[in-house]
Amino acid sequence: MSSAATVADNIQSEPDNYLNHESGIKSWLLTKDHKRIGILYLFSVMSMFLLGGIFAMLIRLELLHPGADFMTAKTYNELFTLHGAVMIFLFIIPSVPAILGNFVLPIQIGAKDVAFPRLNLASWYIYIIGSVLALLAIVLGSVDTGWTFYTPYSTQSTTAVIPMVAAIFILGFSSIFTGLNFIATVHKLRAPGMTWYKMPLFVWGIYATAIIQVLATPILGITLVLLILERAFGIGIFDPAMGGDPVLFQHFFWFYSHPAVYIMILPGMGIMSELISTFSHRKIFGYKAIAYSSVAIAFLSFLVWGHHMFVSGQAAYATMVFSFLTFMVAIPSGIKMFNWVSTMYKGAITFETPMLYALSFLFTFAIGGLTGIFLGATAVDVHLTDTYFIVAHFHYVMFGGTVMAFFGGLHYWWPKIWGRMYNENWGRMSAMLVFLGFNLTFFPQFIMGSQGMPRRYFTYPEKYQAFHVMSTVGSWILGLGLLIMAVYLIYAIKWGPKAPKNPWGALTLEWTTSSPPPPHNFEEIPKITHGPYDHDKVVIKPEKVGVPA
Amino acid sequence: MSDATKAAEHPSYVQHHFASAEQQRETAKIGMWVFLLTEILLFGGLFGFYVFYRAWNPEMFYNAHKALNVTMGTVNTLVLITSSLTVALAIRSMQLGKRNQTIMFLSSTIGLAITFLVVKYFEYAEHYHLGELPGKFYHAHDIAGTNPHIFFSVYFTMTGLHAIHVIAGTIVMSWMLIRTLRRDFSSEYYTPLEMTGLYWHLVDIIWIFLYPLLYLIG
Repeated sequence: MSSAATVADNIQSEPDNYLNHESGIKSWLLTKDHKRIGILYLFSVMSMFLLGGIFAMLIRLELLHPGADFMTAKTYNELFTLHGAVMIFLFIIPSVPAILGNFVLPIQIGAKDVAFPRLNLASWYIYIIGSVLALLAIVLGSVDTGWTFYTPYSTQSTTAVIPMVAAIFILGFSSIFTGLNFIATVHKLRAPGMTWYKMPLFVWGIYATAIIQVLATPILGITLVLLILERAFGIGIFDPAMGGDPVLFQHFFWFYSHPAVYIMILPGMGIMSELISTFSHRKIFGYKAIAYSSVAIAFLSFLVWGHHMFVSGQAAYATMVFSFLTFMVAIPSGIKMFNWVSTMYKGAITFETPMLYALSFLFTFAIGGLTGIFLGATAVDVHLTDTYFIVAHFHYVMFGGTVMAFFGGLHYWWPKIWGRMYNENWGRMSAMLVFLGFNLTFFPQFIMGSQGMPRRYFTYPEKYQAFHVMSTVGSWILGLGLLIMAVYLIYAIKWGPKAPKNPWGALTLEWTTSSPPPPHNFEEIPKITHGPYDHDKVVIKPEKVGVPA
Repeated sequence: MSDATKAAEHPSYVQHHFASAEQQRETAKIGMWVFLLTEILLFGGLFGFYVFYRAWNPEMFYNAHKALNVTMGTVNTLVLITSSLTVALAIRSMQLGKRNQTIMFLSSTIGLAITFLVVKYFEYAEHYHLGELPGKFYHAHDIAGTNPHIFFSVYFTMTGLHAIHVIAGTIVMSWMLIRTLRRDFSSEYYTPLEMTGLYWHLVDIIWIFLYPLLYLIG
């Protein structure tokens, strides 16, 4: 067969879509297409996830056995700091909004692109500049202050604090611009007939997230600028010897960083609503309650930062108020959990890989959320502060919540993004490994934490070793599961069977356009004829794989 | 649909993903307001620091603020308020299609912004000369109260961040001037000009708060 015939063949078999519309590196690096920018984010953010994951595996390996095994205490301090900083600022904050939000949100509301495509591309470049600077900081001498950069650690540490803090300051702009773009997009670019209550709940989740990104991130920015000034020029405002106050740093840091954990979880909750409704083939229970609970969480997130500082010497009355407000967050979170479970009730549930991740979320996030209530109670918190209990709680919410939902969403939209199906059997197996590995890694940490094992120590008394061994073995299983996932997902991009328009029988707009979507998302402006989850009125059979419509 | 009506609905300045010029303008507006909100919060953090340190050291703040030059501060306040007027007039002129007036008013706004920076430079130079500097660089001896350097840390970070915004505004307005000279704008399309105006008003308003809080402590 001549090469011209092959090309003609390819053109015939691959209709015009955003992936083959233009080609060459330049067409990617200068793209203003939200879908391509989502893919740029996908590869850059997942590289950072790999890096943060390697740090985590090294930490767990060191902790397999008490005492100094193959690293010094200083190296260990650097590793847990870098694991935290990379995972929080470079992976989990941009993960769902910048990858899946960028790709899916405009299509879900029937728009041709986000409101400001150039700003969208700029935000990716800012992310890259921030990442490069962060990597540079690691090379230039690493950081050992913990990802929270508490003063006076961060002002007295001899490591490369300034480049790392500057990197995170820059990354903040990337996050702000992404949020700003989504707010304007949701307000102004919805297709005709796409009213607020017809928007998919993923859009509501991303919208609530965007509000927090826009309102909280500038406070972190200015705090980090002051930290840099303090360290570089000794302006004295965090130094008690000069009349400054280190606790003020903690207040300002958590005023951002507590809302930031909702930047991390709200998009995941948005994905959950899509997955649970689609794979239960049932109308979502309590649409408005779920939508408004996202906004309620966004609002409450600004009022609870003090629960990070119960032992930092803040006023007793402030502590009481913060404790009460922290309990309040459980209400909208509980509303969501119960609505998802109610959606599944009497549904025709199928167990594709995305649904397995959704079910994992329900299980692990329930534990993560509930232990959050324990920690919000002041008397309990005093005992559990800075133990493995808090480490386990945080990972149950962040990995067990956000990352589980992110993986669910990644599998759910993978056929839409690439026009290819991943292998369902490998997917299910890896989902099980991830679930088992995750729980084995972190559940023992609850137990040893409650028994007094402090966090951020590179060695420990021998009585904790059984738990540490479980935890480390769990991290291997988790790592194996993720490795398998990476292999079959990347394999699917090129060699997976062709994906149909709507492999899941879902009702939101992204499933009405081809897989992968055309450059401007829709051949013509979509008409909104039903709600996003009207499974009771509209039944769309999942299309068979390998038979494109 | 004829080509003529298509062109009327989608003039060259409307980007492909907008249905109409109106939608594009509204979107730009909401985006700009959200951006201004982030700016307010950025400064809000510094105002927070101001509140805490002033509440903890009321007398030191009172004594230290006397080191600031009220005349220069007042002149700069007038300069900035006038520049807000000229930028508003520049936009108004473009709405009426009077391009030459826009050029004149934009140039005066840029001139006023530079005036502000020059005055600020002289203020900073004086403080530098007298050793009224932040943190460990502080070496003046005539200000009563504990840790007067804290006042100058707050003063320099707040006015410094504001000055950076003035510089950014000057650059953006110069770009707008070039675009006006290039005939990019008309009475139909002047959104970037309008957005620049919004930004400049914010820079002005922040100064309106900084001026009494720093210069006029009673």
